[in-house]
This record gives sequence, C-alpha cells and structure tokens, in this order.
Amino acid sequence: MSQTIKLTLNIWRQAGPNASGQFQKFHRDAVSKDASFLEALDEINEELIQKGEEPIAFDHDCREGICGMCGMVINGMPHGPRTLTTTCQLHMREFKDGAEVWVEPWRATAFPVIKDLAVDRSAFDQIIQAGGYISINTGSPGDANEIPIPKAVADLSMDAATCIGCGACVAACPNASAMLFTSAKATHLGVLPQGQAERLSRARAMVETMETAGFGGCTNHGECEAACPKGISVDYIARLNRDYLKAVVVSQTT
Amino acid sequence: MELHSNAPTGPIETAWDRHRFEMKLVNPANKRKFTVIVVGTGLAGASAAATMGELGYNVKAFCFQDSARRAHSIAAQGGINAAKNYQGDGDSIYRLFYDTVKGGDFRSRERNVYRLAQVSVSIIDQAVAQGVPFAREYGGLLANRSFGGAQVSRTFYARGQTGQQLLLGAYQALARQVGLGQVELHERTEMLELILVDGRARGVITRNLKTGQIDTHTADAVVLATGGYGNVYFLSTNAKGSNGSAAWRAHRKGALFANPCYTQIHPTCLPVHGEGQSKLTLMSESLRNDGRVWVPKNAADVTKRPQDIPEADRDYYLERKYPAFGNLVPRDIAARNAKDVCDEGRGVGYPPEREAVYLDFADAINRLGQHTIEERYGNLFEMYERITDEDPYKTPMKIYPAVHYTMGGLWVDYNLQSNIPGLFVAGEANFSDHGANRLGASALMQGLADGYFVLPYTIGNYLARAGRDLAKTPVAEDHADARSAKAEAEGRLKAFLDNPGSHGPDHFHRRLGKLMWEYVGMARDKAGLQKAIEEIPKLREEFHAKVRVPGSGASFNQTLEKANRVADFMELGELMARDALAREESAGGHFRVEYQTEEGEARRNDDDFAHVAAWEWTGKGNTPTRHVEDLDFEYVKLSQRSYK
Repeated sequence: MSQTIKLTLNIWRQAGPNASGQFQKFHRDAVSKDASFLEALDEINEELIQKGEEPIAFDHDCREGICGMCGMVINGMPHGPRTLTTTCQLHMREFKDGAEVWVEPWRATAFPVIKDLAVDRSAFDQIIQAGGYISINTGSPGDANEIPIPKAVADLSMDAATCIGCGACVAACPNASAMLFTSAKATHLGVLPQGQAERLSRARAMVETMETAGFGGCTNHGECEAACPKGISVDYIARLNRDYLKAVVVSQTT
Repeated sequence: MELHSNAPTGPIETAWDRHRFEMKLVNPANKRKFTVIVVGTGLAGASAAATMGELGYNVKAFCFQDSARRAHSIAAQGGINAAKNYQGDGDSIYRLFYDTVKGGDFRSRERNVYRLAQVSVSIIDQAVAQGVPFAREYGGLLANRSFGGAQVSRTFYARGQTGQQLLLGAYQALARQVGLGQVELHERTEMLELILVDGRARGVITRNLKTGQIDTHTADAVVLATGGYGNVYFLSTNAKGSNGSAAWRAHRKGALFANPCYTQIHPTCLPVHGEGQSKLTLMSESLRNDGRVWVPKNAADVTKRPQDIPEADRDYYLERKYPAFGNLVPRDIAARNAKDVCDEGRGVGYPPEREAVYLDFADAINRLGQHTIEERYGNLFEMYERITDEDPYKTPMKIYPAVHYTMGGLWVDYNLQSNIPGLFVAGEANFSDHGANRLGASALMQGLADGYFVLPYTIGNYLARAGRDLAKTPVAEDHADARSAKAEAEGRLKAFLDNPGSHGPDHFHRRLGKLMWEYVGMARDKAGLQKAIEEIPKLREEFHAKVRVPGSGASFNQTLEKANRVADFMELGELMARDALAREESAGGHFRVEYQTEEGEARRNDDDFAHVAAWEWTGKGNTPTRHVEDLDFEYVKLSQRSYK
C-alpha cells in the first residue's frame, strides 16, 4: 500500500469572476495512489498556504459522492476518467506514473467562475424554484399508503431522483444545456400520481427558466449521460420534451 | 440556573395535543409582520423554513453550501423510522418511544421522545405527498425493513439514499417558497455571530462566502439547524464543511451546551489509509446482517493475507462474546470491541496503527450465492472497491469505527427553545431526543419532526406571546447590539488575516482530531481526559499564534472559513473533554473505562447521573459551569441493556 506516483498537474487559476485565468503547473513527486483527487489537491494547498500563496479554490463537501458539490473537468472529462464517479471518489491510482493532468472548472455561461475551480451553479436552483416540486403544504395530506404506486413506477421515479445536481451534464454538453438535469427532476415528479396535477405546467416552467438562465438547448449529443456520475438516462429528455410540447399546445388551444 | 423542560404534565399520550391547544396563535394577517431566520438547510432547517414560509411568516434562510440541496442530511443511507405499523408486526407509537428511550440508555426526556414517535407517522405521509420515492412492494404499498437491531420493521427507505430523497423533498418545498417570494434564501452564506437584544435572539451576522461581505440580518426569532460537531475529530463521516460554529457562537452568547460528550461512533467505516486522508466513509451497517467480523487469534498473523489464515486461527469475537446477537450487537458495542482487539495488537489495518478488522462475506456468498449478495449490497461493494482497490467478493472488507453523529448539542426545552428567548435549535444541533445514543434511522426522523411538525407551532406560540414586546423594540441593522456583534466577527476574521503564521488551519485541525480520538474517543478514562483538558488549550494557543490565512477577507477565501471554524472546534473539543470527565458513568456513546460491568459493558450510574448536563460559557479562559436538568422516568423503567 501507499505506493506513490509522479504527476504534473496543470490547474486552472482565476482570481475572480471577471479576471482572466491561466493554468498553473505543479510538479508532484510522490502522490499517494490511495489518495482521492481532492486529497491530492489538499496536499498542494497546504504547501501553498505555508508559502503564503493562495490555495486552489474548489468546491467539495461530503466527499462520498452524494452531495454534488464537487466537480472539475479533468483531462477534458467532467469528474475525470472513471465512469459513474464524482471527483471526490476518483483516486490517484487511476493515473499513470508520470502522467500530465489538466484540471479546469465547469465551463458554461450559466455557471460563471467564482474563483479557480469553483463555479456558481445557482441557475440549477432557479430551475427547481420555477416548478421542480409538488405543491403541497405541510399538514395532513392523507395516509401514505392511500395511493398504491406500482413498483416499476416508483423505481423509475427513484432512478431519475438520484441526480445529485453537480452540473457535469452541463459541463459535458457542447451547448451547455441543462436538459439532463431538468428532465431528471421532471421525470422524478412527473411519473408519480402525486405529480400529475402540475406535470405540464411544471415542464413548461422549468424549461423556460432553463432557457432564460443561460443554458443552451439540447441537440442530442448524449455527452451528458456519459459524464453523469449517477448514470442519469437521456431517455428522460424525450419525456420532458413530450410534456413541454403538450404544455405549449394545451396553452395555445385553451 | 434552574433548567425547566417546560414539558406538559399529565398523561404522556395527550401531552403534545394539550400543549398545542394551550398555545397562543398568531393571526394570519399578522404572520407577515414577523421575520424568522433559519440557519442551515438540512432536513431540520429546510423543513422549518418551508413550513414557516407556507404559514405566511417572512423567512430568511442561510446555508454555507452553494445550494440548499447539499446539506449533509443528504448522505444518510439507511432509512427513516416511523411507527406506522404497516407490517402489522407489533409496532406502535409507544413501542418506538420505548425503544428510543432505552436505546438512548435512559438519558433523554421522555415527553420529547414520545412526541417524536407520535409525529413520525405524519412525516411519512408528508414525504410521500411531496413525491419522495420510497421503496415499494409489488402491490404498490410502501416497503419497510428492520434496521439497527430493531425487532419490528419500521424503517422506510429509498434504496441506500434515503437522506438524499428526504432532503430533496424538503429542499423542493423550500424552493417553492423561494419561488413564491416567501423565503429569502442566502446560499454560500455563513453565520458569524448571534445578535442579542435585551436578552432575546434578534438576528445574526453573516458573511457572504463569495464576496466576503459581512451583513446584519435582524429578525423576531432565530432557528439554528446547523447540524452536529463530529468534525471536532477532523476525521469523521461528516461532510468537510460541517461545523459547530453557529452553535458555538450561540453558546458563547449564553446558550447552554448540553451533553457535549455524547458522540456516536459508527462501527462500519473504511479505515484510515494514511496521513493525507481527509474523511472517513461510512458503509451501511446493514452489511453486518451477512458479514462476519473477525481478526486473527494471534497478533503474529496480522501481516498475513486473510485467505492464508485458517479458520482455527480466526477470532469471530462478536459471535464469541455475544452469542445471542452476534455480529448484530448495537453500534457502540460493535465499535468498542473493534477497538479492543486492535489495542491487543490484532488489528489488520494499514501500518503502523493497523486499526481495522475484517468483515467477511465468504460464508454468506457460499450460502446464498454471489448474486444474492450483489443484489443486497452491490452498490456498497462497488463503493468499497472504488476507494480501496480491493474486491470484497474475493477478500474480506476492512472496516473500523469512525465518528458519525453527535447526540449532544445546544440545550432546548420541550418547545425546542434554548435558554435564550427567541433562539430555537433543531435537528442534530440540539441535544434533545436521542439521549446518550441514537438508534439507526432516527436522525432523519428527528430532523423532519422538528422542522415540519414542532417548530412551526412553538415559534408561533413564542411570537404570539412576545409579539408586543418585540414590536416595541424594533431592531434595526444599526442597533448598538447588532453593531457590536458585527465588530466582534470582523475582529476575529481580521486577526486570522493579519497573523503571520506558518501552517494552514488543517494542520492544527488534524492534531486536534488526534487528541480527541485518543483521549475523548471510543473509550475514555480520567487520566486521558485530564490530559486532553491540559493539551487542547496549548494547541489552541499554538493555532492562534501560528495559523496562516493567505488572501483577503473581501473575497472567496476558503482558508479563512476553515480557520474560523477550527477556532471554534478548539474550544468545543475542550468542553467535550470536561463533560466526559464530569460524567462519572458509562452511558450509550460515552464509555468510561472506570465504569464498566465485570463483562466489560457500560455501567450507568442512575443515582447520580440520570440528568442532562448543560454547560454555561463563563468567558474566555474560565472554567465553564455545569448545570443539571434531572430526568424523570415515569413510563419507561430504567434497566441495564444486555445483548449477551
């Protein structure tokens, strides 16, 4: 255990949202193969701090792949080379000894850089605030077992609900579209009986907010699904498109 | 100081109903005249903020993460308990109440726990209505499982991501209120200070973590739903950002801190692999249903590969010592036994500490086939392989206990109000319902009970009663008490930035963690605790003298955030040691080596310690004062836990 590798890391440094950025090179002689990618950055940061230099800013929190806070483009791939893996769960043994690694923030108009590798993803929250919910107040909604839901429907809803909102789908998309994220939420709620009443209005509100927030449209590249650490399926996009079209048609004919 | 629980007397079954009826209500038209601040957007905070918004109050909510959806509730795997008795297997509100009081080793307040069990059923109804996709049976009804040794199946779950799905439900309810303009949500914003005016909580000082701007937010009531303080230990299963600062700042303003020594150590986590490690990952304890825990009988065998150690040379120590429960003994017992065998030199982890034991699935795979094991634990095995690069289908997992949850927290009464009027505390941040040990799948239940079904009533009652006083003394942003709180916060940050220093905050935090783990960890004794109380202040001084924070305060500066949190951990850690020293008994997550039965089990001292210890801050460098709230057990008979 604790074998080490040599790495050259080229890391994007950008002082603030309006500053111009550039790559900074770090030669690392002994990176533990058991370290996670973020732990390798921690180690660089401690050295930078000891020298009185500003450490590399990056978002992270749970470090177990569920909170969705971490995310960086590693060698051109959101969350790096291992499929179905968030950056925090990526380990240095995935890299060859002597490799050169390029690390950049998510790049999308709707995700402005805050500093270095940290970006502002509040546009995702705006999409949810526009309609990504079932309108129900806290109170007495009736017994939970009143409406049986076929297991297959509940499972589909759960599949879609596992999205962690990290934004890798946007970073991977040539159009920086948020359709995978938006359609996952629309599917999670839209297939459940509880979510039917608002299904069309929800689809419309979320898609329109997605567009005004600065995300691009979907042109079926499928890069999003490949980059998604939770394996969210592009099939949901077709579902959302159907609901969105229906919503637009319904509003024009009534 | 006398502590009153303010819990209603009379029959426990109707206590909450009667209490609610006796509350004053706020006229619907007047609700918008009140502002309520909610710090933290996990299960407790998001559910409280959303519900208060729905009721018509002006709500301001704050979280340090970039989105409210990221709070650490999201990481809870196993499930949520509720006394629905859908399975008809003998569960009831009374049984959940009883199990929780007993599981907490008789160190919680009966009436709070009874209410928790009562509202647990409403939580499931509410979550389902919101679209939380709980697991279901083929007939379409909700599925349940037995969890953490419970004898009834009362746990609702959404695969291994129950916390995520419940948090998304609460987050979506909150997002709806934000969209409607009823809640003002401040992400990437951290509370630095509590504002007190005439002894009441009237607002908070915050720092916008993106811009560094320090702001004053005033209000009529403040809710802290800021989680636990397990990160005192540096290595824990908590998220990296989880911190105790909001609670600690309130404590320094007079809020009592209750039972800080009650720490839950989770037995099945991945072991430490090296110095650079930043966090410990939890593996669901459901693994103990099929995995067998063992270490070599002989210390000489610890360097051998597990497959080279014959059956006769293995010690399945849980099965040997607890034949009735075997590998399924409660968390604290499983954890302590792992420590014992490692202390004997039989641990199989990474050198030099070698702190790990085997969790072996070979028998289960032989008996049930790999397919069944894959179905049950596939995602966990994959996660294990990803982190350790070892295949648990072929070689036993290595596990070791890690700090997971803190039962202690700010003292609150039955209304979840601290001893500071207008300051309410919810979720893991308060001390209330789990006593000395929390049962599996009960954290999610408590967070949502507090936020959806308790605070919206009790805060309303407070505002209705205090409304006239609050209206008479409006607090503007430039109020003298708000200005002094702001100056205090600014001074603290400036001191970090001006310090020449030599090391980053993590350097000191790691050292604090090691002290805490060694002396205030799984097994504590008098000498060790005294040593901790001696060493922590020295480390704290060194930290303040030598911590280095590059950059400015007027921008995104994660080192500054960290330094500020570590400073509070340095004080909180000492209080934990003092509390552990003063509690001369073993109870739940607090094990004092001096107080154990002949069989090595925790020995409570009900005559002297059937109480809540609530600590009062008495100023920097002064010894804090320990206050006591006696606990009465009218319904559940005190008894010794036994799992033999």
